[in-house]
Amino acid sequence: MVYDPFKEASSDRTLSAPPSANDYVKDTVFRSFAYFCALSIILLVAYIIFELGSQALPAMQAHGLGFVTGTTWDTNKGQFGVLPEIWGTIYSSLLALIIGGTLGVAIAIFLTQSFVHARLEVTFRTIIELLAAIPSVVYGLWGIYVLIPLIRPGAQWLHEVFGWFPLFSTELSGPGLAPASLVLAIMILPTVAALSADAFRRIPYKMKEAAYGMGATKWEVILKVMLPTASSGILAGLVLGFGRALGETMALAMLIGNVNEISISLFAPANTLASLLASTFPEAGEIEVQALMYAALVLLVITFVVNVAGLAVQQYTMRKFEGKK
Amino acid sequence: MSEIIPQVLASKIKLPSLDKNVFELRALKDTFLTVLVWALAILASVPLFSVIYMLIVEGGSRLDLEALTAIPPAGFEMGGGFGNAIIGTLVMVGIASAISIPFGLMAAIHLAILDPNSKIATISRFLAKVLTGFPSILAGVFVYAVIVITTGTYSAWAGGVALAVLMLPTVTLAAEEAMKQVPQRMKDAAFGMGCTRTQVIMKVVLPTGLPGILTGVILAVAGAAGESAPLLFTALFSNYYMAELAEPTASLSILIYNFSGMPFDNQIELAWTASLVLVMLVLLFNILARIVGRSKFND
Repeated sequence: MVYDPFKEASSDRTLSAPPSANDYVKDTVFRSFAYFCALSIILLVAYIIFELGSQALPAMQAHGLGFVTGTTWDTNKGQFGVLPEIWGTIYSSLLALIIGGTLGVAIAIFLTQSFVHARLEVTFRTIIELLAAIPSVVYGLWGIYVLIPLIRPGAQWLHEVFGWFPLFSTELSGPGLAPASLVLAIMILPTVAALSADAFRRIPYKMKEAAYGMGATKWEVILKVMLPTASSGILAGLVLGFGRALGETMALAMLIGNVNEISISLFAPANTLASLLASTFPEAGEIEVQALMYAALVLLVITFVVNVAGLAVQQYTMRKFEGKK
Repeated sequence: MSEIIPQVLASKIKLPSLDKNVFELRALKDTFLTVLVWALAILASVPLFSVIYMLIVEGGSRLDLEALTAIPPAGFEMGGGFGNAIIGTLVMVGIASAISIPFGLMAAIHLAILDPNSKIATISRFLAKVLTGFPSILAGVFVYAVIVITTGTYSAWAGGVALAVLMLPTVTLAAEEAMKQVPQRMKDAAFGMGCTRTQVIMKVVLPTGLPGILTGVILAVAGAAGESAPLLFTALFSNYYMAELAEPTASLSILIYNFSGMPFDNQIELAWTASLVLVMLVLLFNILARIVGRSKFND
């Protein structure tokens, strides 16, 4: 019995037949379609920008840059300005970033620096991931009926005792910046935690061992070696979390009070660009829709810039650790 | 002679104690920070449990057949439910999946296998990442401008397309990541047998990467089911069961939004029950994704 490779190759069961002409045609069609789909993402983004831009054009011509610096939104007078919304968007997102960012980084440390058994680590990670899965409207509902009543006595006390301090200068009458920012913090926490945890995991274990070998305590290692090394990855997480916060809509529309005023107080009601769109759009007339399109464009530009910045930092980090990406 | 040297040294150098002193400042700082990070981790998991607890307590009492099948109550009406909203959500998520999954998968095939380093792939990947951070309400505004204004009516189609815009980048990036996990050797072996690139993808890459791809797809579907901002002015809302796809359509998330601000207890109770149903739906998808995703190629 001599082994005959040709017999094997020419049997019916073999896969090693050369592609038929039909296969080549299918291959070309399939690859062209894949190419088109990859291209379609680029076209989609371009189309979104074009469409929002052209819809906003009449309002841009009518209001110009005064739209961004104006403070009144009055349909009857035809006055549209979104400065209070821009302020509210950035202020609430910054507050959320301070709270959610701190918690997120702390959790990333907790999950990656062997504080708990690996199994418990997975449990905590799942909890944080599920936190991101809860829909925004459910957080809004929870905020209205749980969070606001919960923080109101504390807010009241802060206002009575420290009312002279600008941050506490108004009463929390219900919806306002504080509950909105707290919910926002919960919503961006998973993003920050996940990206920061990635940054910690990317650090070679040797660095930690070297620091331990020099007699550093666990937290000296974390604060003086791990944190600085992971800093750019954490920064990417914070910036992308900030981007998420800027565009978050439903929970804010339900919790922030939708009042077009600029106030530094944590307990004052405010408004954001996204919640302005959510609350005004469904009942808007033609002129107001144009103005809202302009507002949408402003939101698009702000989030686009923040997200691109975050992604740039992330890519920089990856290059730093992986040489090339 | 040589034995004297260490003794001399020892008398001159004060060796530090190698025992851990719990009351030393740096040890205290260490303990304090450990307690702090534990407290923060527990604090961060409180909202999840609080939300779930409230959903069960507030929403559980109304979770019956009526709530799941009846149409929403008006004003002072008692009873009622959100059967039409459940159907609406499922239909619109279905439309969104039917659009975004094929496109997302094909785009991922291009990005992961066919031409990963080309200019188109690099730009497309980057823009997909930008799109994942895209405010969901802008998808609504965009689809309003493109579909609602053109067709002149709010519709399930428009809602589905708006959700598809949000799902597309998620599906693409997750599928790309999963396809990249397929070992190069397997692809090489298939190429070595004379497969065309299409055959390699269809017969080797897709089946092997399937668990990871499915995980990504299921998570994207779960995310879309919970979205509400893009539906606000694309699908709007309806108090009745849908008769066709080209009419305003109810969804669970918009029902929660509308009912949460109403001054009627009945509606607020229903908002909680609808939230419970929505969260159960989303968590179910998440658990499913976790089970499916346990592949040997994922860590």
